[in-house]
Amino acid sequence: MSAPPISAQRFIGQRVPRKEDGRLLTGRGSFVDDIILPGMLHAAFVRSPIARGTIRSIDTDVARAQPGVHAVLTQADLAPFGVTMLSFFLGPVEVAMTPLADGRVAYVGHPVALVIADDRYLAEDAASLVVVDYAEEAAVVTLDDARLGPRVHPDTDDNVAALMGEEEADAALEALLAGAPHLVSQSIRHQRIAQSPMETRGVVASLQGESELLVHITCAGPQLVARWLTLALDRPGLSVRVVAKDVGGSFGLKNHPWMEEVSAILAAMLLRRPVKWIEDRIENLTAANQAREQEMTLRAAFDTNGRLIASHADYALNNGAYPMGADANIAVHMFLWAAYNIPAYSFVSRGWYSNTPGLAAYRGPWAIETLARETLLDRAARQIGIDPVEIRRRNLCTAADQPSVTPLGIPREDITPAQCLEKLLEVVDVPAFRAEQAAARAQGRYLGLGLAAYIEPTGAAGSIAVMTGELAQLRIEPTGRVVAVMSVHSQGHGTQTTMAQCIADQLGVPIEDVTIFDGDSSRGGFGPGAGGSRQGVIGGGAAIRAGRLLADKVKAVAAHLLNASPEAISLSDGMVHVAGAPEMRRTLREIAEIAYGEPGRLPPGMETGLEAQYRYDPPPMTFTSAAHACIVEVDADTGFVGIRRWVSSEDCGVMINPAVVEGQIAGGLAQAIGSVLLEDAARDAQGNPTAATFKDYALPTIFDVPDFEYVHADTPSQAEGGFRGVGEGGCIIGPPTLVNAIADALAPFGEVPVDLPLTPAKLMTVIEGQPWPERPVSRFHPDHRAPEVDAPAPVAPAVAAVAPAIAVGIDGAWKLVLATPMGPQPMVAHFQVAGDRVTGRLEADQGSQEFTGTLSGDQVRWEMKVTKPMAITLKYELTFAGSSVSGKCKMGLFGTAKVRGERA
Amino acid sequence: MSEHRISMTVNGQQHRGLVDGRLMLSDWLREAAGYTGVHVGCEQGVCGACTVIVDGRAVRSCLMLAVQADGCSLTTVEGLAAADGTLHPVQQALKDNHGLQCGFCTPGIVMTLAALRADGARPDEAAMTEAMSGHLCRCTGYQGIRRAIRQLAAEDGTP
Ligand code: FES
Ligand code: FES
Repeated sequence: MSAPPISAQRFIGQRVPRKEDGRLLTGRGSFVDDIILPGMLHAAFVRSPIARGTIRSIDTDVARAQPGVHAVLTQADLAPFGVTMLSFFLGPVEVAMTPLADGRVAYVGHPVALVIADDRYLAEDAASLVVVDYAEEAAVVTLDDARLGPRVHPDTDDNVAALMGEEEADAALEALLAGAPHLVSQSIRHQRIAQSPMETRGVVASLQGESELLVHITCAGPQLVARWLTLALDRPGLSVRVVAKDVGGSFGLKNHPWMEEVSAILAAMLLRRPVKWIEDRIENLTAANQAREQEMTLRAAFDTNGRLIASHADYALNNGAYPMGADANIAVHMFLWAAYNIPAYSFVSRGWYSNTPGLAAYRGPWAIETLARETLLDRAARQIGIDPVEIRRRNLCTAADQPSVTPLGIPREDITPAQCLEKLLEVVDVPAFRAEQAAARAQGRYLGLGLAAYIEPTGAAGSIAVMTGELAQLRIEPTGRVVAVMSVHSQGHGTQTTMAQCIADQLGVPIEDVTIFDGDSSRGGFGPGAGGSRQGVIGGGAAIRAGRLLADKVKAVAAHLLNASPEAISLSDGMVHVAGAPEMRRTLREIAEIAYGEPGRLPPGMETGLEAQYRYDPPPMTFTSAAHACIVEVDADTGFVGIRRWVSSEDCGVMINPAVVEGQIAGGLAQAIGSVLLEDAARDAQGNPTAATFKDYALPTIFDVPDFEYVHADTPSQAEGGFRGVGEGGCIIGPPTLVNAIADALAPFGEVPVDLPLTPAKLMTVIEGQPWPERPVSRFHPDHRAPEVDAPAPVAPAVAAVAPAIAVGIDGAWKLVLATPMGPQPMVAHFQVAGDRVTGRLEADQGSQEFTGTLSGDQVRWEMKVTKPMAITLKYELTFAGSSVSGKCKMGLFGTAKVRGERA
Repeated sequence: MSEHRISMTVNGQQHRGLVDGRLMLSDWLREAAGYTGVHVGCEQGVCGACTVIVDGRAVRSCLMLAVQADGCSLTTVEGLAAADGTLHPVQQALKDNHGLQCGFCTPGIVMTLAALRADGARPDEAAMTEAMSGHLCRCTGYQGIRRAIRQLAAEDGTP
């Protein structure tokens, strides 16, 4: 589809040394804590020591009186700003929340007050002198607590933050499962993870006069932060500029500001002094948003040949108190079997509120699907008695199976997990390993081989409003130097190098002559930042297309100046060449000087300057595929897992820079190893964090991570440049690869429950034939004895009482909020009841639509067809109670969404 | 609170100051002396990002008070490359081997490896790897760091 490149590609595909490294290796990077402004003050938070309760009083007098203290702020001071906290989708969050706690605290670490002082030492001193009186309540900590316990948020019906899928069993699917020759069931649990970028969160905010707010912040994309802040602050006349030059990792944590950053920004606006807040590691590990903490029961039925017939997943995700968007994670189900051929799949998915830090993204937020599926496949292989390689070969979606569409509507045209597996097996000699394994077992040593395969959606744009295309603004300056301002942003991704590679190829210049700027929202245009493995695919495409536009202009100018045809002009080595006339070559600088300064010498009507911009929107989905193998030895005396070998066989299309690609895979795999063996952001029964330092929250060290081997498949994608994303894959496929290896090693002892992390102590129970450690019974469970604090009585659902003449109470307008997977969608519904017949109209931003439905008791049901984002039938079922309404909307393959509302 | 007059040499430059007794060396170096290449990743002595060289030895500057460095000679990551910009062999090896991504952990890793090579010492691969046990990197999975160590050992003939 693309025109042939104007010069032979020289940089794409090369292991080009990174342009970022010079400054980062010499201490000349610019991270947020390196920003020091005149008059800058420092912030420290007073945080809740309890997980749940009300604030009776806050006494700030002593703290305020300390020398060097400028202010002690509570929510009462910040309330006048009227900030609306927004989700990642830029809609209001589902539950009421404020930058500082407003009367109630909902997790240990919840910010209650903010001290502003001359330096951080004084701010922390004063923070310890703020006296807060709490009335403590029994905390809802675990998923079981959330199911059984009181409501985390008083203004919700229950603790279900988000719901998708089919709540009632699908009889046809259940029949398929029950009637199958083999039914395999696997219940897994993933612990809570702290993203742990080595640079914690932080912000330096300052007002520049009345109309500009300058925010230095460590983030995953300054453009998204600027957009988020502009909407959240909503102050006419105030422009927000966000700067983030160097960022020390994000991994999903720093997508947009949250309570602490907003509080510090408001403090700067209130005090009219620059304010710096740099999170310390204790805050980061205990009070920053976290991820994972999931449970899933996956069932899959196989025929006598080990081929998949049907599957069902029941999935739960701890959303904490204030998730950055209430989430039941639809992507888990969209991709659970997407790499495989399966005729039928159904699911139910619930996100639960709890008195813990809120949910944020973490590299591959939907990764639990690959963990559940790939560990189930190995269990199935053992149960059915076929080889783990064979069960995958029989079920993976091959080239011959495409094009095809999954049961959840995902179109597959060019996925290659089966090829990745075969390439992997060329490098990993499974029969030789089995022989080695058998010999080792004879000596009492336990080796295991784990395999996994997957596909991953990357570089998505256009289906979720905030996930846009990416922009490249490109210029050849009058000096001949090439400068690009990109909407992509690096938190270690190396985009200043990879984007320069794309551009240098198009313009035929040395890579040293290309500079990429990407850390300032006042330059360039919107892009959502790093997320969804998108920047190489979309940013790379934008860089190539802008480069091509600019190259065409250079050629047109040069052809005109040199009296040649544009086709005869080529660009290389920073020079413009004319075919067959080497003496006529010119430097880019010579051409640029004329293009800017001598309009009369340009072709008639041509704009001066050498500038181009391109906003690239890729195909809706670009898939990356992979298969991995890992070999471990588990020490039967200690339960310690040693990783002996790890091979990655992935297909991320054309690689811009293989060293960067491998760096992304390796980083993700290290995080996978951490998840499987080490990391655990656990909370005790009262909701207190039990990991507050890097001594308790064990990140992998150099001794925990083996040397990785790589096999690359390089099937070009449909996107410009043929790129496929690679940022998250290692963190998705890594965990089951390692879990399967451990399970294979310990197979002589029995099954290893997938209950992460697989610590030596847990593995010893398998080795010694002891029961797996039980999780404590929820304090809200009837079997729980001796609760520490009296639990308040569960609150009856809001829809309990039904007035007989309810119909009278329905007529008229209602404000509804539909909790879709893409964020909450506000609507207004008008109802007119006549007997048991209801007519009405639903109005949303996208337009309005009439419907007719039925009333029975207090319940109204209707169906309506929509065509966007795809043709589905929506089935609404609402229950009315007084001035409030709640219920659900079935949305075809998007599952079921909760609806809540009140009289308009 | 107690105030102390201190002076020390940092990267060959004399620095003086009046500091609170409790001021951490990392904060003094970053804020008073301006060496922001000293990164603070944990303040708990675990991550190693804040490592600097004090009188020839690698030290976690988050675990040392500024007053304790009074009279000492320090090197931070800013002071390692030659005046003409030529990178220290450790820096060059990390660059050659894509040993960093976000670069936040990097100054500490550079300083620990550089300290092992002070006074012409030439540690082998095992010694350099062992020294990395005190450093956390969340980005790289340590792959490029290990390759850099191997390159250094190969250059020195001490593999
Ligand atoms: S900041 Fe000093 S060891 Fe982490
Ligand atoms: S490069 Fe980011 S933490 Fe090491």
